[in-house]
Amino acid sequence: MCGIVGLFLKDKALEPQLGALTAEMLATMCERGPDSAGFAIYGTAEKGKFKVTVQSPNPDVDFKGLDAAVAKAVGSKVSFVQKSTHAILSVPEDKVEEAKAAIREGFPSVRIMATGASVEIYKEVGYPTEVAKRFDLAKMTGTHAIGHTRMATESAVTTMGSHPFSTGADQCLVHNGSLSNHNNLRRELKHDGMTFETQNDSEVAAAYLTWRMNQGSNLGEALTKSLDDLDGFFTFVVGTKDGFGVIRDPIACKPAVMAETDQYVAFGSEYRALANLPGIENAKVWEPEPATVYFWER
Amino acid sequence: MDGSIGTKQTIDLAKAPLRELNQDLHRQTDGSNDKVWEVLNPMGFHSIAVGIDAPIEVEIRGNVGYYCAGMNKKAYVTVHGSAGPGVAENMMSGTVRIKGDASQYAGATGRGGLLVIEGNASSRCGVSMKGIDIVVKGNIGHMSAFMAQSGHLVVLGDAGDALGDSIYEAKLFVRGKVKSLGADCIEKEMRPEHHEALGKLLEKAGITDVKTSEFKRYGSARKLYNFNIDNADAY
Repeated sequence: MCGIVGLFLKDKALEPQLGALTAEMLATMCERGPDSAGFAIYGTAEKGKFKVTVQSPNPDVDFKGLDAAVAKAVGSKVSFVQKSTHAILSVPEDKVEEAKAAIREGFPSVRIMATGASVEIYKEVGYPTEVAKRFDLAKMTGTHAIGHTRMATESAVTTMGSHPFSTGADQCLVHNGSLSNHNNLRRELKHDGMTFETQNDSEVAAAYLTWRMNQGSNLGEALTKSLDDLDGFFTFVVGTKDGFGVIRDPIACKPAVMAETDQYVAFGSEYRALANLPGIENAKVWEPEPATVYFWER
Repeated sequence: MDGSIGTKQTIDLAKAPLRELNQDLHRQTDGSNDKVWEVLNPMGFHSIAVGIDAPIEVEIRGNVGYYCAGMNKKAYVTVHGSAGPGVAENMMSGTVRIKGDASQYAGATGRGGLLVIEGNASSRCGVSMKGIDIVVKGNIGHMSAFMAQSGHLVVLGDAGDALGDSIYEAKLFVRGKVKSLGADCIEKEMRPEHHEALGKLLEKAGITDVKTSEFKRYGSARKLYNFNIDNADAY
C-alpha cells in the first residue's frame, strides 16, 4: 500500500507551521504504511552552506568525532545538530564532496541520507507517528515537505529502504507502488555513474530522475520521460529546492488526491490527509490524471 | 424518498465513532421511524454508510473516503462532497448521489439501484457492473465499464481510453467524445427503445437539460464472449 503526503507552501505566513501540518497529514496515513516512515523538509538555506543529513543506528558511538573530522576535511568550522538517529552537518557549499568523502572513509557505519542547500531527510523503521515524534517534525519550519508511510513490498523493512530517497542535491522522491524493471534500469544507471545504497525499486526511480536532470532536463521533463522508461505501478511525489512534482503511471491504480488554495498545494494518498488543512473547505480538490505531470515551482 | 415523515438523526463524526454510525444504520429496517440521517464531518473516512438495508435517507455533509455506501439496499444516500475509491461498490438497490467527483471504480460490480455522480468519475467506473444504472454528469476515466455485464452507464461528458473493454450486455450511452473503445466494444444504433430507456434514466437522475438524441450508444460486438466454432482449434 504506502501512504504519501506532500505540502508545498505558497504563503510565507504558513512556513512556521509546515512541520506541524505535515505531522498531522502523516499521522492520517499510518494504516497505509505502518512499518516505517520518513519525510523530507525543505528549510531555510544559509548562503554559501550545504546541509548533509547523516544517520546511524548507534549515533552515540558513530557520531563521536564526526564534526571534527568533517571540519578538518573541509578546512573550516562546521555546525552539527543531532536529532535522534540523524544529524545535520552544515558545510561550505564548495566542500560538500570533501565532507562526504571524510564521512565515508572515517565513519563507515554512518549513512549519508541527503545533501542540499535546504533539504533535510529523516526516516526510520517504526510506526509513522512515533517516527515523526522522535525527530520532532511538528516543530520544523520550511517551504515544502514530503512524507511517506511505508508498507514494504519490493525490499526489506530497513531504515535505508524507507522513503524519501535522495539521489541528487536537494532532490527527493517518495513512491507508492512497485516497479518491475528496476533491476535492468539500475544496471544501466550504474553504467552511467549513478550509485545506489539499496536494492529498493523506488531508489532507482529517484536515481533515474536525477540522471535525467544531470543531463539538462528540468524536473517536469524528467517526469514526462519517466513514463516511457519506468515499468510498473507508481504514484511519485518529488521535491527539489524550489519545486514540487506529482506523477502517476498510465494505469493509475495507486490513489492520489490534491488540493490547491492561494496558500498551498497539497498532496495526499487519500482525502483524509488533507481534511485538516487550513481553508480546505474552499480549496480546489481533484484527483490527478494518469500519465500527467503536475509541477509547481516558486 | 419521503423524508418528511419520521424523525431525523444527526451524527457528527468529529465526535461519534464511525462504527457506531454504521451499526445504527444497520439496525434500521423497513418500518424504522428514523427516516433521515445526517452525517457531519465525514473527513474522508472509509466505509461510511456501508451495508444499509432499509428505505432511509442519509445526507453526508462533506468528502468521504473509500467504499462509501457500498452494498447499499433501498437507502437514498447523498454525499454533499466528493467520494474516494469504490463508492456504491456492489450496490443492490436504492440510490446513491455524489454531488462532487468520484474516484476509481465507482459503482463497481453493482447489481441494482441508481448511482448518480454530478461531477466527474475517474478510472474504472462501473467495472464489472451487473445491473446497476450509473449516470455521470461529467467525464469518466479509462477502462470504464470493463467486463460490464448488465445495467446502464450514462455519461454526459467524455469517456477515457478503452471504454467497455471485454463488455458483455451492459448498455453504454456517451454524449461527449470517447477517447478509445476497448476490445469488443462497438458503437451501436440508437433505436427507439434505447431513446426511451435513456430518457427514463435521465429523468430518474433529475437531468432535464439534455436530449437523448445527443448521445451515442456503445455495447458488445459479441465476438469475444461467444464461442466461435471456427476457433475450436485454438483450444
